[in-house]
Amino acid sequence: MQYHRPATFEDAVTLAAGAQGVTRFLAGGTDVLVQMRSDIVTPDTLIDIKAIPGTHDITRQEDGGWRIGVAVTGAEMREHAELDRDWPGLVEAMDLIGSTQVQGRATLTGNLCNASPAADSVPAMIAAGVTATITGPDGSRTAPVEEIPAGPGKTSLARGEMITALHVPPRGTGGGDAYLRFIPRTEMDIAVVGCGVNLVVEGDTITHARVTLGAVAPTAVLVHAAEDALVGRTLDEEALTALADLAEASCNPIDDKRGTIRFRTHVAGVLARRAAKIAYDRAKGAAK
Amino acid sequence: MSKLHVTTKVNGDTVEFLCDPRETLLDVLRDRLGLTGAKEGCGTGDCGACSVTVDGRLVCSCLMLGAEAEGKEIATVEGIAEGGALHPLQKKFIEYAALQCGICTPGILVAAKNLLEKTPDPTEEQVRYWLAGNLCRCTGYDKIIRAVMDTAAEMREAS
Amino acid sequence: MALDSSKTTGFKYVGTRPDRPDGFDKVTGRAKFGADATAPGMLFAAIKRSPHAHARILRIDTTKALAMEGVKAVVTRADFATGLTGENWNILENVMAGDTALYDGHAVAAVAATSALSARDAMKAIEVEYEILPHVTDVDKAMEPGAPVIRTGAADASVPEGLHPNVVRYHKSGHGDVEAGFAEADLVIEDHFVTEATHQGYIEPHACLGTLGADGKGELWCCTQGHWNVQKVCAALLGLETSQLRVTASEIGGGFGGKTTVFIEPVALALSRKANRPVKLVMTRAEVFKASGPTSSTSMDVRIGMKTDGTITAAEGVFRLQGGAFPGAPMEFTAMCAFAPYDLKHVRQVGYDVLTNRPKQAAYRAPGSPMAAFAVESVIDELCKKLDLDPIDTRLKNASHEGTRASFGPKWPRIGLVETLEAAKAHPHYTAPLAPGQGRGISCGFWFNHGGETSVSLAMSEDGSAQIMVGTPDIGGSRASMALMAAEVLGIPYENIRCTIADTASLGYNEISHGSRVTYASGLATIKAAEAAVEELCARAAAKWGIPEDAVYWEDGCAKPSGPNAGDFEPLPIAEITATMGATGGPINGHFEATPEGAGVSFATHIVDAEVDRETGSTKVVRYTVVQDAGKAVHPTYVEGQFQGGAAQGIGWALNEEYIYGEDGRLQNAGFLDYRIPVASDLPMIDTVIVEVPNPGHPFGVRGVGETSICPPLAAIANAVSAAAGVRMRQLPMRPSRILEALDSAADG
Repeated sequence: MQYHRPATFEDAVTLAAGAQGVTRFLAGGTDVLVQMRSDIVTPDTLIDIKAIPGTHDITRQEDGGWRIGVAVTGAEMREHAELDRDWPGLVEAMDLIGSTQVQGRATLTGNLCNASPAADSVPAMIAAGVTATITGPDGSRTAPVEEIPAGPGKTSLARGEMITALHVPPRGTGGGDAYLRFIPRTEMDIAVVGCGVNLVVEGDTITHARVTLGAVAPTAVLVHAAEDALVGRTLDEEALTALADLAEASCNPIDDKRGTIRFRTHVAGVLARRAAKIAYDRAKGAAK
Repeated sequence: MSKLHVTTKVNGDTVEFLCDPRETLLDVLRDRLGLTGAKEGCGTGDCGACSVTVDGRLVCSCLMLGAEAEGKEIATVEGIAEGGALHPLQKKFIEYAALQCGICTPGILVAAKNLLEKTPDPTEEQVRYWLAGNLCRCTGYDKIIRAVMDTAAEMREAS
Repeated sequence: MALDSSKTTGFKYVGTRPDRPDGFDKVTGRAKFGADATAPGMLFAAIKRSPHAHARILRIDTTKALAMEGVKAVVTRADFATGLTGENWNILENVMAGDTALYDGHAVAAVAATSALSARDAMKAIEVEYEILPHVTDVDKAMEPGAPVIRTGAADASVPEGLHPNVVRYHKSGHGDVEAGFAEADLVIEDHFVTEATHQGYIEPHACLGTLGADGKGELWCCTQGHWNVQKVCAALLGLETSQLRVTASEIGGGFGGKTTVFIEPVALALSRKANRPVKLVMTRAEVFKASGPTSSTSMDVRIGMKTDGTITAAEGVFRLQGGAFPGAPMEFTAMCAFAPYDLKHVRQVGYDVLTNRPKQAAYRAPGSPMAAFAVESVIDELCKKLDLDPIDTRLKNASHEGTRASFGPKWPRIGLVETLEAAKAHPHYTAPLAPGQGRGISCGFWFNHGGETSVSLAMSEDGSAQIMVGTPDIGGSRASMALMAAEVLGIPYENIRCTIADTASLGYNEISHGSRVTYASGLATIKAAEAAVEELCARAAAKWGIPEDAVYWEDGCAKPSGPNAGDFEPLPIAEITATMGATGGPINGHFEATPEGAGVSFATHIVDAEVDRETGSTKVVRYTVVQDAGKAVHPTYVEGQFQGGAAQGIGWALNEEYIYGEDGRLQNAGFLDYRIPVASDLPMIDTVIVEVPNPGHPFGVRGVGETSICPPLAAIANAVSAAAGVRMRQLPMRPSRILEALDSAADG
């Protein structure tokens, strides 16, 4: 295995485009090193991106949104009070990944590019409308994060392409997001089901809604119908029941060692209700 | 196979080593630097026995490459006591019998010390969640949590 | 007359809570565990393992591996002794497969190289050709007609005719006429229970460093619960003379029974013999799960009859345990422990030991007993519910006590079950109000405890301090207990005693640290060794004073004349006697070796409150109280620690831990990510009550405490969850999906 530590994204892209065999980018390493240790993947080329300037920064943008560097750790996000105030659901989704130790290394971008169906931060990012800047041999482009994972362990990034920054939209007024996941223990497990909800309200009325699910399909699911079901109404019992039904109907899970189809589908509905209530309360609190 | 040359600081001392790119920081600490206080319980970041801090940030040394240590400041369990004087956490762990076999103890001490540096007055719940990545199979955590809480109280009084 | 320091009250040191002698080492990172040793010229080893549950090994090609840079030796089964029989053959077959790989993870070859990475690379380059055979991993399926036969002729003479060849041992015990007993009952409940295999989950993987020469002399460093056993077994597997192999036990990072046998030590020695260099071998966590010794999984039927007043009229249990591809599942312990807490006129228990394509089970804390308690105590709980009886009063009504006959035969000596039940009933936890969604469960549990072959040596130093050498590895603070007991007899401060775990060349034979025997047996031997030293100290004083030896007694670390008739002498402190011991008759030592058989049995009663989320099936243990008889708690803090640790392991077993095998017979969760042991945020504080009913078989009344604490939790938690959910849980682990399914089927039906 070759280890590289480029100083610019251009160098990183050149290395990746020219490499033979399996290439991996190294940020926090909490997936790559586990895969190496477990003999799942041993890269021929490992490109450590942490020496590239700006990769460790969380920056407020002019429009009020956020730029999150690709090496920013979960712990750094958790400690960033302003980001947490704007996007508590996104921050808590990232914070749920692994232990305190893992939080010291793991990154949003890494969680996205690992392309696990159970990634906690991905449903929260999709709910929030996060986009990614992607740089490759042919230049840069922007894509919504839901377009990045292509299936378990697979991304839509072309050879030599890498994510160079994530962009979280401006929170605006009356917005609130939440993420919940179900695990058998209280910590340290992979999500059996995850659910992200992002709402904007005017008074008690929902004006914008994005609901996402994790670990119930090969990639995170955006529950499109939830927007129609919620926008224009308050989050009453009827709306919650409709949301839970839509969440369950959006599931296409598998039976595996972590959960059954039946269990995952049922719990998706339960979490959608619970996360929606938290997001709604946050949104109303922000609207005051 | 070509090895990488790395210069880093461990417990305040500058050290240099050569390592294979695949070697983890834990491998380097144990096999190249002779610091066997950090333990390998799993090698996959699930048990916390290899906990160290890197530039003050708590990490699993099994989930970091030795090559990544270049220019960093690493702290291990061997650096917690100052000379012969035990850190208050170390004293309380002995006093409370917060260890039985002792294999998880180095990692838990490193993690708990890092917690108290950031959060001098933690709740029981905060301690339990902070240490959730440090598996202990002997104690049921009861005496560990009590030892950390009592150390925090004592250190607050002393400061 | 031999000195006798037996007592159950009036202790000066025993019962106090001093710092453990090895505490400093263990909080500073200085303590050396299995993987922490190095040797000049050391090689690293890696083991090639079968990916198949059951496969004939057609060919092993090591050519490529041997040609790799830094590779020094490869071994296969051909490098071990031949002609072994009995358990030695079983262990060798498990350590290195012969013709057939019997489970996913079974070792087939091993390699030693100059670095850990090159050893791993070379291991991957070993080519093995397999012919895949049909497999079975479930205990009930392995007993069905037509199930793949794992090994013909493995059954012993106990097995009745007509059973599947995978049934290799059979147990039946009991007394009375159970059918007559059931006829007397007002209510009979019969139910079926299932538990999955669990792992001890010690955080330290197996590790060793072995050196063996062509001269047949060797040195081995390893983490083990019993290094004399390692010495004996390794010598047999490698064709050595036992005494030529010296084994040193490292500090041990948890065992719980899982380090009572060997898995990798003979492999390191075989590689060392071939390479003529020291070889270090450390298991990965995945290897620990796949190829060390987890518990048995079980399938159990229990039937109990009760009168409306709570009297149990009869009890019957059938316990089927799989112990992997080798005989040894502890089904007789399951059967014998099942009804041990109760005084029964009519009782019958049957056990089956069944082979499957899984790793050879090893002991796990009271092997076999927790599962029995789960089944039996669940049925008793259900009877109490149906008959509207208090669960503790009902157990008290039927409790075993001194003089009653145990379900497995003997009459009970002094035991402490009633005392634990009474203490549980008096504990505020038992009557505390429950919040909505919560349920409370209780359970009793029993373990035999064990004595076993033991040697201890004590040596006085010239300054009056003492060193003790014991042969039982310290798996949880036993150095402190030994020093306390020696201090009590010698009458010198605890701090003046150093306790060392001796290697096999420095002390006589010691059985493994198992059966909760260390504080009992090594403690007893320590007391006896100290008494022998005290007798000699008294003799030196008598000689100095010119009075008969029996006119001197020992008190507070001094020899004293026994009374005015003996003479008027100032007390002679220990340091004054030892200062001149070279000139007064030579070194003063004490030693003791025996196989003590008075290990008192131990009972416990646990109380648990659990909260169930009815929407997700998630369970939280919100309050836990352990009440257990310790006989005499030598170091109460470490006794509490054993109680808490056993309860925590039981919580894991009850709620989330299990071996998950796929249809392909491969283990799907060989790591701490998906083998879910409790983490700190999962558990509440665990309250403890130490009951002390002295064991007549120990000078200070000590009973082993390490194992009984894991016997009640499975049942106590199942009873609490069943109460909270309103539906009986009969299968472990009670993972969320299982609870949700039970709730759904209760709602449907």
